[in-house]
Amino acid sequence: MLRWSRRHIMAAAAVALPLAMAAQAVPAQAESVLRVIPHADLKNLDPIWTTAYISRNHGYMIYDTLFAMDANLEVQPQMVDTWTVSDDNKTWTFVLRDGLKFHDGQPVKAEDAVASLKRWGERDGMGQALFAVIESLEATDDKTMVMQLSEPYGLVLQSIGKISSNVPFIMPKRIADTDPFEQISEYVGSGPFVFQADEWVPGSKVVYVKNEDYVPRSEPPSFAAGGKVAKVDRVEWLYFPDQTTAMNALISGEIDFFEQPANDLVPIMERDEGIVVEVNDPLGNIGFARFNHLLPPFDNADVRRAAMMAMKQEDYMTAAVGDPKYWKTCYSVFPCDTPLESDVESSVMAAGSVDAAKQALAATDYDGTPVVIMQPTDIPVLSAFSLVTAQKLRQIGMTVDVQAMDWSTLTSRRAKRDPVDQGGWNMFHTWWIGADVINPMAIAFSGNPEAGWFGWPSDLELEEYRTAFATSTDPKAQKDIAAKVQERLYKIGASGHLGQFFVPVAYRDNVDGLIKSPVQFFWNISVDR
Amino acid sequence: MLGYIARRVLSTIPVMGVVALFVFLMLRLSPGDPAAVIAGDYATAEDIARIRERLGLDEPIVVQFFQWLGSLLQGDLGISIFTNLPVTTLIAQRLEPTIMLTLTTMTFTILVAVPLGTLAAWKAGSLIDRAVMIFAVAGFSIPVFVLGYMLIYQFSIEWRWLPVQGYKSIFEDGIGPFFRHIALPTVTLSVILIALIARITRASVLEILQEDYVRTARAKGQSETKVLLRHALRNAAVPIVTVIGLGVALLIGGVVVTESVYNIPGLGRLVLDAVLKRDYPIIQGLILLFSFVYILVNLLIDLSYTFFDPRIRY
Repeated sequence: MLRWSRRHIMAAAAVALPLAMAAQAVPAQAESVLRVIPHADLKNLDPIWTTAYISRNHGYMIYDTLFAMDANLEVQPQMVDTWTVSDDNKTWTFVLRDGLKFHDGQPVKAEDAVASLKRWGERDGMGQALFAVIESLEATDDKTMVMQLSEPYGLVLQSIGKISSNVPFIMPKRIADTDPFEQISEYVGSGPFVFQADEWVPGSKVVYVKNEDYVPRSEPPSFAAGGKVAKVDRVEWLYFPDQTTAMNALISGEIDFFEQPANDLVPIMERDEGIVVEVNDPLGNIGFARFNHLLPPFDNADVRRAAMMAMKQEDYMTAAVGDPKYWKTCYSVFPCDTPLESDVESSVMAAGSVDAAKQALAATDYDGTPVVIMQPTDIPVLSAFSLVTAQKLRQIGMTVDVQAMDWSTLTSRRAKRDPVDQGGWNMFHTWWIGADVINPMAIAFSGNPEAGWFGWPSDLELEEYRTAFATSTDPKAQKDIAAKVQERLYKIGASGHLGQFFVPVAYRDNVDGLIKSPVQFFWNISVDR
Repeated sequence: MLGYIARRVLSTIPVMGVVALFVFLMLRLSPGDPAAVIAGDYATAEDIARIRERLGLDEPIVVQFFQWLGSLLQGDLGISIFTNLPVTTLIAQRLEPTIMLTLTTMTFTILVAVPLGTLAAWKAGSLIDRAVMIFAVAGFSIPVFVLGYMLIYQFSIEWRWLPVQGYKSIFEDGIGPFFRHIALPTVTLSVILIALIARITRASVLEILQEDYVRTARAKGQSETKVLLRHALRNAAVPIVTVIGLGVALLIGGVVVTESVYNIPGLGRLVLDAVLKRDYPIIQGLILLFSFVYILVNLLIDLSYTFFDPRIRY
């Protein structure tokens, strides 16, 4: 009988452990896998219920859209084959293309598109504006949908072809009939990838596999438009709460693609020969300093404009972003290098200085009322914006109270319209992705204090211009109206505009086919192992 | 003994009740609103109000508490506000990595710390003793995340011996992948515990080694090994076991950081994410679970005293 001494056991362990490790070292990759670190954890799977960008990106993986924006910022058909508009611009008829099929094998019908648009129209700002002029939206047969408007509307295609949250994704009617303020519980789309619900570990992992039945368009991919060809069998989103670990995983080759590395880690990855670091979003992000127009001292437009004069974009971008190749000054309220870019009235900021701001403030009735700035310390860019603003305001003679908090606290507090001593606030900072503020219809530019965005500017003239923009069907007229919107925004001192900055992506050099776009798409990407 | 265990188990009920009430109130009274987080950047105040209504967050706190308590008594920890999944499902998904990390850490800690502390006591005042104590001070001082990054840099980036991140199940992926992935997190999490337990072991064993019965054992000609293991270590065990029990509490805190640094999808990460998003049902469920585990560990430690010291009777 064999007797196991301690020496035998140790010897066996010494042999077995390396063998087991060696067995692990040989990958059994039968399918191509793209391993991605997304910019956030996918916590919610309903891209209509939430505006979270990560849910939007999830939506693009599994759903398809009727129309989509291309790299020229023009709307192109995606699920739609043909469409016609009546002479009076009030009747729109859309015909779906052949071969569209949901992941459960059912064909995509016009009634699915109708139900999906109606649910989206309840939640999305542009959707609400569109549905305000829709008299009826009906499926006349399996492939045809007819939209009847009460008056001509200039943003029909821009609305249903919008690229960012909330995107009007098309779901099966039985799912799209869900109350828009409740989450859907079934995740069936007709997009290029299929969501694997049984492999979803919230906070850690999301898995998609290639939709073998998907029929992509024949055009080359361009932003969200064109052919969505899945070139890998499987995409894994692996969420990393720690940026340093995420970087290390990319360096060691455990990960292929890192969507939004922190600014301070970018130089390390740039030095690694196996990693490509580049800007993938041509529109970037636009920094905003938001005033509360309801409370003193920023209930006075002159005080707001004085504060804006002190906001030198270079200082914000240097503090928050750093490397100049990832930011630029942009005084247009619409992103620079987009069709509606303008310099109207922007001199208030472009030519501003601390001295000019000091003089402008002295001419107001500012009485030393403290300015409460909410500083989200868990978001480095916004934290830096807050500190720069605090310094600028102090330099021009304002009393400032910077209150540190996490972003979750800020998001709930900014909804309060109460006075400061009852939980209110005076300023906070944020950014919008360029694609979200590309035209005057963005809620960031609202002048309606009832239905508008936090800070609640009130300006009837601004709202009239925004309405005129939406109803205009002439692009030249729209550009002129957009300039007037910008003029009003600067005149009333709606928000401070802090510059345009770009967050690069980082990926292994064996990854190919990235689509330059404000939204990260994962079709057309291949991995060479 | 059985009566004692029954009494201790019953006494956990009021403790858990107090924990439940405290956690509920603490969360509801702290700033932050899940509805605002869900609504996102584009939402108006009206949108947020409507989401709050759908989530039942507009109900009075008392009503919300009793609704939650009622579900809790039926074993229902609720539904995550964000993921729409049952909290029990989320916990079940993450239980294995945390349990395995805890087990490997405690095993590794005991295997290293107790012999180290005993050795230091046996060689008190020597170079070995000083080296062990220097390690103990350093180990206790170094933050978990700093050590984690240092180990990742050396073993994963420089030498490429071990993976940077992730978890592999011993049941599904096998023993090799499991140990490759759990090795660095285990060492990271163990160092602070080794430092703590080695110091306590040294102090306890040193005290026992000065007892008359140890001198008697040596005078009778017993080997040093027997003196150390049979007389010194066993009699020094009660304080050591107590500190190991405290170490489990330390571990609960350390697991949150370690799981983040090594990207292990365990309970620590789950609670961190839930706190940042104000996902109340998850936070409440997890704190109750952690409290229950802590109470259970304390009970086991108390019971273990009877094994190490036969004079103790319950």
